[in-house]
Amino acid sequence: MVETLQNLALGFSVALTPGVIFYAFVGCVVGTLVGVLPGIGPLAGISLLLPATFGLDATRAIVMLAGIYYGAMYGGSTTSILMRIPGEAASVMTCIDGYAMARKGRAGAALAIAAVGSYVAGTVSVVALMFLAPPLAAFALRFGPPEYFALLVLGLLVLAYMSGGSMLKALAMAALGLLLGMIGIDQMTGYFRFAYGVVELGDGIGVVPVAVGLFGLAEILATAGLATPPAVIKPKLCELLPSRQEWRQSAWPIGRGTVLGFLIGIIPGSAHIISSFVSYAIERRLSKHPEEFGRGAVAGVAGPESANNSATSGAFVPMLALGVPSGPIPAVMLAAMMVHGVSPGPLLIKQQPELFWGFIASMYVGNVVLLILNLPLVGVFVNLLRVPYPVLYPSILVFCVLGVYAVNGSVVDVWIMLAMGALGYVLRKLDFETAPIVLGVILAPMIEMAFRQSLAMSDGQYAILVTRPIAGTLLAVGGVLALLGLKPLVARGLDWRARLSLAGKGEERL
Amino acid sequence: MLTTDRVAGAALTLLALGVVWESRKLPLGSLSRPGPAYMPVVLAAVLLVFGVALAATGGRAMKLAAVSFAEWRHAVAIFAACAFAAFALERLGYRATVAVTLAFMLGVVEKRGVVFTAAFALALAIGSFLLFDTVLRVPLPRGPFGL
Repeated sequence: MVETLQNLALGFSVALTPGVIFYAFVGCVVGTLVGVLPGIGPLAGISLLLPATFGLDATRAIVMLAGIYYGAMYGGSTTSILMRIPGEAASVMTCIDGYAMARKGRAGAALAIAAVGSYVAGTVSVVALMFLAPPLAAFALRFGPPEYFALLVLGLLVLAYMSGGSMLKALAMAALGLLLGMIGIDQMTGYFRFAYGVVELGDGIGVVPVAVGLFGLAEILATAGLATPPAVIKPKLCELLPSRQEWRQSAWPIGRGTVLGFLIGIIPGSAHIISSFVSYAIERRLSKHPEEFGRGAVAGVAGPESANNSATSGAFVPMLALGVPSGPIPAVMLAAMMVHGVSPGPLLIKQQPELFWGFIASMYVGNVVLLILNLPLVGVFVNLLRVPYPVLYPSILVFCVLGVYAVNGSVVDVWIMLAMGALGYVLRKLDFETAPIVLGVILAPMIEMAFRQSLAMSDGQYAILVTRPIAGTLLAVGGVLALLGLKPLVARGLDWRARLSLAGKGEERL
Repeated sequence: MLTTDRVAGAALTLLALGVVWESRKLPLGSLSRPGPAYMPVVLAAVLLVFGVALAATGGRAMKLAAVSFAEWRHAVAIFAACAFAAFALERLGYRATVAVTLAFMLGVVEKRGVVFTAAFALALAIGSFLLFDTVLRVPLPRGPFGL
């Protein structure tokens, strides 16, 4: 405990330097913009802005990218409440009761509850991250290649299990992502695989063009031709204070959302999205007035908004402590850290304590910055939505091309983004999730290396993957999840994922 | 009956078979000593199983004919503009490419006025170049005319 506090003091000595505060602020502002703008979520936002951090040192770059991540979580609620348009996927549930509150003249209160809930959840979950990551990292020092192989496979299986809709489809997308990750030089033998003479493919397909293509370009392709968004409800500053009753109604949902979001965040999957859905379902179930949900229930805003922000910090636990991304956004963050010469994993905390604890401390600072930004400046951010979408999306496209090109200075990456954009557009139409593809692309080289190293260790004996206790347990859990997830193929009726998927489309209420 | 899952399952199956076919150019290795083709073949086999399962169980999925592609003209135009940008970026330089791409999207696809289109396209092309290349030191291509 004392050691943790000493380390945190070290972190604050880094985080409170003017340079780090400035980049945390810039990250939060940009993240809020990313969250507010429909068509560009946190994943595409972080990917696009990665090149802008190349001139910074590792600490400032990572603090800024993390700011974009949780800034987007905050910003997403604004459009949900004022326009019924989720700025990013995790804010879908906030649309329902947030917009209903806005129509009742309580837009300001809904925004304030969302901002305060996000602040509380963000801050409390950073405390949990601070205490949980170091012991987990110490435990992970016992991991060898078989354990990492099992952990990575489990990560993919859990992501597929936690995805809304069919697990079979999610697993197929994960396999597709893993196959895409096979492109490039084989690390153990030096053979070029599926490169067809394109030298730039030697390093493999980058996660940035894949993420921007599947999430940014595909979204624009699907939405640019649609009708213009509805009018914006603009609250006045004096309307921002919730009533005493609204505070009371939001207190427990914020608490529950914080705990739930953090726990779901640690588990691999699109945590921030799932946590908001689960939180909404729980709040509705626990409510004495479930009939109010959908008509402006305060808990329907407070719970999901707290949960998705808490999940953001939770997702950093496996990434920082184990070096294993738990979803597509931590995967891009991991890639960004590697670009800056930082290798997340068990040794990070020991070898670069200033960076790790500075990052943790900067999250406290970032949460305060976001609280200050989001309430008084909500009018400024909302004005962005007055820019007509036919003018906005070409600008976003320019930044997609620029961001993807700038990572490696390669036009091949822009072509990959285009291919992924077309693939993402078609997959959206066919109702497939694309997040497992992104995770598959980044995990493929890690899984293959761990698998082949395991076989080299055991002289070709596959038993090493199941006889070592940790690896065997992780694979057994993965096997159980796969069986549970595939059960609907043989059983009648809808399982929880199918119901979640329908609820996301507004076809069934949770 | 053609459903979304059946079409996707069939496409994934074909892709998996294509990967297996292409992997024959690489050493497969053995079970105990996998070569560079081993993992791609294993993954392609997994994808094949999922593809076939999707096609087989996809009868209850949405009918393909019910999928709306109402925005396809916009999507094709945007895709073509992006393809032009990828083609021209290093040949014409960043600023010229972005200005032309934006002018096409705003003026032709979105039918905005000429003055607005020209002003917006030039401002964003030059402004983003200044921000990223000059201020943030992210090198962007200048092309043969220094644009």
